[in-house]
Amino acid sequence: MNSYLNIDHVSITFPTDKGPLTVLDGVDLKVEQGEFISLIGHSGCGKSTVLNIVAGLLQATEGGVLLQDKEVNEPGPDRAVVFQNHSLMPWLSVYDNVRLAVDQVFKRSKSKQERHEWTLHNLELVHMTHALDRKPDEISGGMKQRVGIARALAMEPKVLLMDEPFGALDSLTRTHMQDSLMEIQTRLNNTVIMITHDVDEAVLLSDRIVMMTNGPHAKVGEILDVELARPRDRLELAEDPAYNHYRAEVVKFLHERHHQPDVPDSKPVDETKPEKGKIRLVS
Amino acid sequence: MSSSLANRKTFDIAWKDRLMAWLAGDNLGASFQKITRALAIPLLAILIFLGLWSIGAKNVQTSLGQFPGPVAVWDQGMTLLDEHKAERAKAAAFDERIQKRVEKAIAAGKPQERIDQIKGRQYTGPATFLDQILTSLLTVGAGFLVASIIAIPIGIVCGMNTAFYQAMNPIIQVFKPVSPLAWLPLVTMVVSALYVSDDPMFDKAFLNSAITVTLCCLWPTIINTTVGVAGVSKDLLNVSRVLRLSFMTKTIKIVLPSSIPMMFTGLRLSLGIGWMVLIAAEMLSQNPGLGKFVWDEFQNGSSNSLARIMVAVLVIGFLGFLLDRAMLMLQRAVSWDRNAVVR
Repeated sequence: MNSYLNIDHVSITFPTDKGPLTVLDGVDLKVEQGEFISLIGHSGCGKSTVLNIVAGLLQATEGGVLLQDKEVNEPGPDRAVVFQNHSLMPWLSVYDNVRLAVDQVFKRSKSKQERHEWTLHNLELVHMTHALDRKPDEISGGMKQRVGIARALAMEPKVLLMDEPFGALDSLTRTHMQDSLMEIQTRLNNTVIMITHDVDEAVLLSDRIVMMTNGPHAKVGEILDVELARPRDRLELAEDPAYNHYRAEVVKFLHERHHQPDVPDSKPVDETKPEKGKIRLVS
Repeated sequence: MSSSLANRKTFDIAWKDRLMAWLAGDNLGASFQKITRALAIPLLAILIFLGLWSIGAKNVQTSLGQFPGPVAVWDQGMTLLDEHKAERAKAAAFDERIQKRVEKAIAAGKPQERIDQIKGRQYTGPATFLDQILTSLLTVGAGFLVASIIAIPIGIVCGMNTAFYQAMNPIIQVFKPVSPLAWLPLVTMVVSALYVSDDPMFDKAFLNSAITVTLCCLWPTIINTTVGVAGVSKDLLNVSRVLRLSFMTKTIKIVLPSSIPMMFTGLRLSLGIGWMVLIAAEMLSQNPGLGKFVWDEFQNGSSNSLARIMVAVLVIGFLGFLLDRAMLMLQRAVSWDRNAVVR
């Protein structure tokens, strides 16, 4: 059975001064259309690298990515990216930033008026129509990220790739943005791969959580199916035992099982505590 | 749009506010206070400077007389203005006389060629000080413009293509420190050899000065443009990759707007250098501008000369300041980076 997006045995090795560094070693993931996938793992495990390979900004040294059974190894608007640093053009207004993407993707298929309306529509999705003429340095971080999302959505991508989109925002703004994202997801039913560090965010937003092992030689450690009914309300879920179970599973993986994914209940060696009965010299 | 030039912090006086805040306490109205304070300190400094100058000048005796103090310089400044007015009056009188002769000739029925000949008579008086100012400004403008037209494309290509930059870099680094006075003889000889025409549009001296200005003020623009273009944020370039922008679209819509602030920094530096170079070049090329004025006065050796030269020095400095301010306003107008301090 062929899935919508197939990340097939992707490995990447970087040449460094200290010798070749294999960041990813055989990452396998199949994503269905309309799924919301969270990619979670420790810092430096290679999550962004996976995203960049799917986006086409990096080339895998082994394996590849298939979108609708066609290999993709170049960037394109069918795999739109929302960067962690919003990456808006500082000299363009909010409207012009999104319009730039719309003009590029739809210059042949939509008329000028249609493109104008499509731009406004996407900005409305993210609730930014009140600030059309403002420049990026005149709006807050959350608003900038909204515009980044609007720009990505305006490309009508097949897959939406988000690299820790809310990482630079404060807690409150993050909750607003998560709600907005859920609202958009309900309306558009996009296929989304989102990298996040926030366990709550991952459980709240995703259909499946993909937990990666530590780098180097990182691969997919575990995949967790989040079977919580949509639409999800964070206040209700706070008391929900299923939600807390999922959350605990993720936390356990991150703290315990990321070393050896096929050995159950293994604990990492705690080197700060001396073995029983032995005196350890602290260097 | 409310981004008018007047809104920018052209006269940034924040620290002056703080300094003066404790000196005087009354609140006459914030803006009135700000303005008076912003003017008071520089005015005080200028007065002290004039005082020191006056004292110093009295103690210096040169072969051309006492070194001019502020009063002498002011007098000569006024004299130069009067001379300018007198020359203009003479020119106007000359034109009147010519006009009368033309009318007489038409009335007497003289042939058209004769009338044209009379009309064609030019007033051949000496260039006044203000004429020379204008010549200098035109020459530096021409040289700077040509330099910018050459430097900006080179800078853009250097920034986008590492190989090209590595090729150009040694040339840039070696020619950048060369003084205009070293270029001038070469430029003069080349212009004499190449610019041969019966009806030259440009005066040779003008060309020599302008080309020398060009040669010297290419370099800051090239270097700053290269840095600006090479330093386009990687994230923005990734956006252009995701959007699959063509090379031209990427360059025009992303690389160029992103590098305009640095480009204008380069242009501003170039103009400053160009102005300094011009005065030196004019002295030797005899282009009828401020440089020639200084040179002539020096060769003249009258008792007024030093004062007149001082007038020229102050005018040169003031014009340079105005040119720099003009570029600064232009730079502020196109600079989208609010975080950069542009002063």
